[in-house]
Amino acid sequence: MTEHDDDHPRAVPSDLALRVAALESLLVEKGLVDPAALDALVDTYENKIGPRNGAKVVARAWVDPAYKARLLLNATDAIAELGFGGLQGEHMVAVENTATVHNLVVCTLCSCYPYTVLGLPPVWYKSAPYRSRAVIDPRGVLREFGLELPVETEVRVWDSTAEIRYLVLPQRPAHSGHLTEAELAALVTRDAMIGVAFVQTPALEERT
Amino acid sequence: MNGVHDMGGMHGMGPIQPERNEPAFHEPWEARVFAMTRAAGAWRKWNIDASRYQRELIPAAEYLRMSYYEKWLAGLEQLLMAKGLVSQAELASGRAAPGAARSSPALTAVDVPVLTAKGTPANRPATTPPKYRVGQLVRTHNINPVGHTRLPRYARAKQGVIARLHGAFVFPDTNALLQGENPQHLYSVRFTARELWGEAAPTRDTVYIDSWESYFE
Repeated sequence: MTEHDDDHPRAVPSDLALRVAALESLLVEKGLVDPAALDALVDTYENKIGPRNGAKVVARAWVDPAYKARLLLNATDAIAELGFGGLQGEHMVAVENTATVHNLVVCTLCSCYPYTVLGLPPVWYKSAPYRSRAVIDPRGVLREFGLELPVETEVRVWDSTAEIRYLVLPQRPAHSGHLTEAELAALVTRDAMIGVAFVQTPALEERT
Repeated sequence: MNGVHDMGGMHGMGPIQPERNEPAFHEPWEARVFAMTRAAGAWRKWNIDASRYQRELIPAAEYLRMSYYEKWLAGLEQLLMAKGLVSQAELASGRAAPGAARSSPALTAVDVPVLTAKGTPANRPATTPPKYRVGQLVRTHNINPVGHTRLPRYARAKQGVIARLHGAFVFPDTNALLQGENPQHLYSVRFTARELWGEAAPTRDTVYIDSWESYFE
């Protein structure tokens, strides 16, 4: 390595980038993958499918009790009503946070996550610290995310060990009665739908 | 297998490190690995369970060192070679062997919206009635298979309660080895935190797993 390389670290592709580029070029040369299909897949998960989908589901459940009942009974069908479904969301279950129950979703064995409503999982969700601790010390994990739950609250951890994917229906924030469905959806975060955050009203959010 | 991937309940993995405004992919190569894994999967030479098992076979120290998509890349390379789609020499050179057959991609750009919108459902028609009902006490087997299983170590030989019936689903333990889907009833099972972790655990807290029928005694 020369001094010049050190001055321009970004100009030199990493070993992994080179290895991946070589693999793609091989698979394309052999006709095993279509580069346009790869572009379309990347575009789908970078730009089209993400946690705004889930936020719409949550907001609808908050404003429409009949929809909420359908969501808790058959989440796959209820989510499909809003036009969301498919890969890594084929079999959905929604779990409701209440004054006495808090739900937290994990995949201890790999990285199972409901793509259709949340997009691709964040790195922390797929990493050893979260996967190892969420089941044995959920309250400690939640504390790390800034949530202190009272001892009376039942913490329910959902370990996604099969092809069922879980969506947490967070509690509707206090003093949000005047907000429209779209305004409510704008408050709902990815983390709240995994169970590591509460949904806060705008006034509270501005202070934090 | 009792691999390091089965990490539920382990200590010593360090703090959780959330990232603000995290992108879907951190490097362009991660996006290509994600997409190639999906696109190559469309050849149906393997399945999602075999993909997971392949990543579980990464040696433990490597598994913990590697980033997420580095594991996907390693798993994809191994599967491509194991199923004869590419040879080791081709992988090393990045070029097709002279005279190698040229295929027509199994997944094209027009197929992508169909794949993402329909997915690959894992439920199957049930051939037997479910053995268990909601509210019934069950006990999981004490199993330690060297192959693939979705019964995590922390939930083996533990007593739980059936919380929900999901219907029949592909059985990963055989599907991962390409030994058949062998669908079985799948159940949501509730365990008390105390059953899993002992008397120091909070009284009210619970952990749910999804468990196939044959995981029960």
